[in-house]
Amino acid sequence: MTDRARDASAPALHLDDLSVAYTVRGRDLPVLSNVGLTIERGEAYGLVGESGSGKSTVALALQRVLPPNGRISGGHARVAGKDVMELGTAALRKMRANDVAMVFQDPGKALNPSLTVGRQMAEVYEILGASSAEARKRGEAILGRVRISDPGRVMASFPHQLSGGMQQRVVIAMALAKDPALLILDEPTTGLDATIEAEVLDLVDTLRQEFGAAVLFISHNLAAVASLCNRVGVLYAGKLVEEGPARALFADPRHPYTAGLLRCLPRAGFKGGPALDNIPGFPPVPGSITKGCVFAPRCGLAEDRCRSEEPPLYDVGEGRGSRCHFHDRIDDLPRMSEPPPVNTPERGPDVQPVLMLERLSKTYELPGNRQVQALRDVSLTLNPGETLGLVGESGSGKSTLANLILGLAEHDEGGAISLDGTPVAASVHARPREAIQAIQIIFQNPDSALNRAHTVKHLIGRAVERLAGITGAKRNTRVTQLLEAVRLTPRQLPAKPRQLSGGMKQRVAVARAFAADPRVIVCDEPTSALDVSVQSAILNLLSELQAERQVSYILISHDLGVVRHLSDRIAVMYLGRLMEIGPAKSVLTGPHHPYTEALLSAAPTVTGERGTRIRLEGQIPSPVNPPSGCVFHTRCPRKFGPICETEEPGFSADTEGHAIRCHLDRSEMGRGREMKGVEIVEANG
Amino acid sequence: MSATSDGAEAATTSPPAPAPTMRKERTTLGILMRSPAFLIGAAIVLFWAFCAAFAPYFVPYDPLADDLLNTLAPPSAAHWFGTDQIGRDVFSRVLVGARDILTIAPLATLLGTVLGTIVGLVMGYFGGWVDAIVGRLIEVMLSLPLIIVALMVLVALGPSTPTVAVVVGLVFTPLVARTVRAAVLSERHLDYVPAAAVRGEGALHVMFVEILPNIWPPIIVETTVRLGYAIFTIASLSFLGFGVQPPSPDWGLAIAENYGVLVGGFWWTVVPATVATASLVVGVNLVAEGLQRAVAE
Repeated sequence: MTDRARDASAPALHLDDLSVAYTVRGRDLPVLSNVGLTIERGEAYGLVGESGSGKSTVALALQRVLPPNGRISGGHARVAGKDVMELGTAALRKMRANDVAMVFQDPGKALNPSLTVGRQMAEVYEILGASSAEARKRGEAILGRVRISDPGRVMASFPHQLSGGMQQRVVIAMALAKDPALLILDEPTTGLDATIEAEVLDLVDTLRQEFGAAVLFISHNLAAVASLCNRVGVLYAGKLVEEGPARALFADPRHPYTAGLLRCLPRAGFKGGPALDNIPGFPPVPGSITKGCVFAPRCGLAEDRCRSEEPPLYDVGEGRGSRCHFHDRIDDLPRMSEPPPVNTPERGPDVQPVLMLERLSKTYELPGNRQVQALRDVSLTLNPGETLGLVGESGSGKSTLANLILGLAEHDEGGAISLDGTPVAASVHARPREAIQAIQIIFQNPDSALNRAHTVKHLIGRAVERLAGITGAKRNTRVTQLLEAVRLTPRQLPAKPRQLSGGMKQRVAVARAFAADPRVIVCDEPTSALDVSVQSAILNLLSELQAERQVSYILISHDLGVVRHLSDRIAVMYLGRLMEIGPAKSVLTGPHHPYTEALLSAAPTVTGERGTRIRLEGQIPSPVNPPSGCVFHTRCPRKFGPICETEEPGFSADTEGHAIRCHLDRSEMGRGREMKGVEIVEANG
Repeated sequence: MSATSDGAEAATTSPPAPAPTMRKERTTLGILMRSPAFLIGAAIVLFWAFCAAFAPYFVPYDPLADDLLNTLAPPSAAHWFGTDQIGRDVFSRVLVGARDILTIAPLATLLGTVLGTIVGLVMGYFGGWVDAIVGRLIEVMLSLPLIIVALMVLVALGPSTPTVAVVVGLVFTPLVARTVRAAVLSERHLDYVPAAAVRGEGALHVMFVEILPNIWPPIIVETTVRLGYAIFTIASLSFLGFGVQPPSPDWGLAIAENYGVLVGGFWWTVVPATVATASLVVGVNLVAEGLQRAVAE
């Protein structure tokens, strides 16, 4: 460890008034201005902010890997005491090789698909000067340290043979291989399932203590940051607007932007609980605000002073700083949006369900005469004006169920879908227009769901024409009404999707789904591609439209906060089967199915509280060859006897319609975990 | 279909677009105008297009008029590029000779692009056995040298200008289809396709109204590349006697008629037509390259 002779007293990262500018068409756009922060050895620092705030630019700048048109225009970045601006080419390479490691968002893209994991792991050590045999041995050892139980097998695998969580572990292992002073994680859990996200977060936390590396954790997921980091910096429009210890900062924000973000998060309450707020307006274009506070145009506390005088980083105690003149008045921040009305669906035996699914199954044929049952015997009902949350890991059959309901895939013989008591055909092409217009969908990613070649007018107009059968001048009136219903204006009519912001695009998608008075809308992760402040606005819009039009939602999401906030009832799926279904409150507070219990324990909360994590052992079994008996028995922490392996449990329901598919007696099942600082708000009604 | 407004116009009518303005689109045209390859190529192609359209009105001699007293005259002030075996002015013939090739090649390319786009859309959209069967057929066609296939058909049907255009167009169809199919496959997994299905749209609508407008860039690039090959192929066919027929001043034909006297040192009868063909192919390929880069950006 000769070249490991670092100045051990220097902080892992010290940014001193760092400014970065991108040159776009001859003009310098400031992307980061005067960012100063320090990450001590062994500390985890979370950098949060919405897209475009400059989070990733920080990571690129401190390694001097900015794109060709970007440059550090001022200040210093010191990694382990070395100023990266002053390093020569060789020293810079050495710094990148030894001191900094970075883990990117998508592990599938960070690994070379045509080389085995073993080859790629060994390479890391070979660069550091190990012989190839030794490199392999050390590679295997470090895979063991990131809790991979069978490193030999993983070393021999190609990246695509590993699950997303496993790939991310391999990438983290590679990053840790050189024992870096600073480990940068750029959105490492975005796109991973909640259970895997929890595993990765746990792993990083443990390894940080073992290796003593400092962590720079870049994320828009406030809850993930809260659960992992000691300190947090909030970045807005390239400026560090607030900084401080994670718990204190999230519990008592001292900048209106932080406070606004937290009010956007669906945190605790059930449907009908505290309404989400949002932050009006858009982040400024870099360089457009030269005077005063960058957040002033969107701030509820802004006064004349904010628009003329730029706030310095005020010291607000306990190692905290805030760039707000009124940092002591954050509690006075008014609500920035109207709380939306919330619909309370009617219940009872005489309510006719709008949608009824009976024993829906979907079997796909595989080559070689094999079959895979993506969905098995799913029966459920949906009442008018009700939201059913659908949760489960990837591969649990949520999307298959959505496709069957929409008629994009045809269910197997023996199942039935009925709409308002009338059976409908399995395929959308065989359904009458009334059935098609009644069931619509809002996709996860509006960039993909909106045809980029078409204008807003065409996108919504075509849906009005096809679904409602309205043409001509009436069509245009209808399009305008829909735009207004989703808080857009006719000015957006001629725009193409790329000219709109992410939130506006999703509003167009919502307007399209509502084109012809739908009865049921499948919302497939409707907000997971959006920033926090935009997400809350879309969620409020969905609530409002539901109360106005008595539409029912099937909400697919892996964000339990979102599901809790919107759902009347929740269904939990595993391996194509419904494991638990019932009123939201019963499902979330327990007694739980052991699988639900594990899912709930995995969700990080923004208060930084973490209950006992229930770790699910092993991978999701292959649906081609599902386990006998209860399909969850291979990973179940509460498996109690041979009956679990031999007999498939049936549903047992209580009086409120909370049904659980488990052999355990309800008294032995887990209950909702204690959440300090989070009040469980009763749903009204 | 609503009118498609161009980016700049819509930007002024939509509200101050937020963050996305950061990466304000550089228009494809703007990129092209700054690409030397594209500009040079376009200049060459435009020059020949101008000749094809207007050369008959300004060339010094009638390109078809023979002058048996002045055959195989070397370049001089009167005949800049000399005269050929029957005393026709080579300069006039080269300029006017652009006409046939610049009519047939674009027509053939257009035909090949339209048919290829349809076949490619069908293959990519339906997939499965349709894709498999048409795919195998295309592979069979592509395994034969294009010029041989074209020759066989022309021998069977007899050479004529429309036949040449149709034959070359058909020969290009599988090549275009392959490109279009690949483009469709990358669009097919986007959610706007199921989004169209859930409002009950049929296959034709999805293929032509939803997918087609998004795959223009590769189609345009492919068209320009095909145009270069079409010029080359048609010139070759004319040279072999199956393309444009005498007495047209067509380049391929001119080379065929005069290459016999090349050994006698009468280079001016062949070189101008050769250089003209080469410059047009190079010009079109430069345009194609420029487009390709602009599209990739």
